[in-house]
Amino acid sequence: MFFEYAAEYLKVFLTGGIICLLGQILINHTKVTTARILVLFMLLGGALEILGLYRYIAEFGGAGATVPISGFGSVLVKGAFEAVDEFGLLGVMTGGMTGAAAGFGTAIFFAFIFALIFKAKTKEK
Amino acid sequence: MDKTDKPEYPEAVQKEYSELIKKTEPKTPKTKTMLCAFAVGGLICCVGEAVKDVLDKLFTLTPVQLSAFVTAAMIFLGSLFTALGIYDKLGRKAGAGSIVPITGFANSVASSAIEHNREGVFFGICAQMFTVAGPVIVFGIVLSVAAGLIKMLILK
Repeated sequence: MFFEYAAEYLKVFLTGGIICLLGQILINHTKVTTARILVLFMLLGGALEILGLYRYIAEFGGAGATVPISGFGSVLVKGAFEAVDEFGLLGVMTGGMTGAAAGFGTAIFFAFIFALIFKAKTKEK
Repeated sequence: MDKTDKPEYPEAVQKEYSELIKKTEPKTPKTKTMLCAFAVGGLICCVGEAVKDVLDKLFTLTPVQLSAFVTAAMIFLGSLFTALGIYDKLGRKAGAGSIVPITGFANSVASSAIEHNREGVFFGICAQMFTVAGPVIVFGIVLSVAAGLIKMLILK
């Protein structure tokens, strides 16, 4: 029981760690900005999902593959695929946002609330 | 002052200067940043897995709902730790380890919203929120439309 959990979390740790490591290698060699890294990894995840490969990474790594932003790209593509099956041409437009609704909704709502409550901390010291 | 008023340095001097910059520029040790990114990124994903296990026990959810719930929960945590000022401290050490996970996306939204909150709700919080998230959302939508078209026209 314990070892099953340990093995599972080790896989998650390795998968997530390696994806972030790739990002760090990119930063070290090219000095790309945060926005570019996020977009790049999202597009990579999306491309792998289109090719049908991301699910193998997700099967192996669990949250290690779904928590990085590349997993978000794969969710966008998955949403688009499902919506196309269901609604056809309309699904092309609605699918991605349906898939990513949880992510975008939560991010925007809590950023707004926290920005109302908290004061900027980075400039204090 | 016009741009033409600037003194033109000979090419040799410019070259020397850029070489000097290369030498004196502060270098973050690469192996250390890579290890930090690996460890922190891996740990954040483990937190995600733990959240998944807990939510799975608490609610009865389909796999799709569960993964959306985990994403939402991780984004909430990312925003919260950004608001508390912890995430940015972590980010200085972890580099990509804190950017690449979805919490990094939450951090980019929340930190720019919080940073600009004294400029007002409309043009401070609401507009500045999207300085980093904007490209992600735009490219995300373009990606999903492209994927939808590929599915419709090629994969069927």
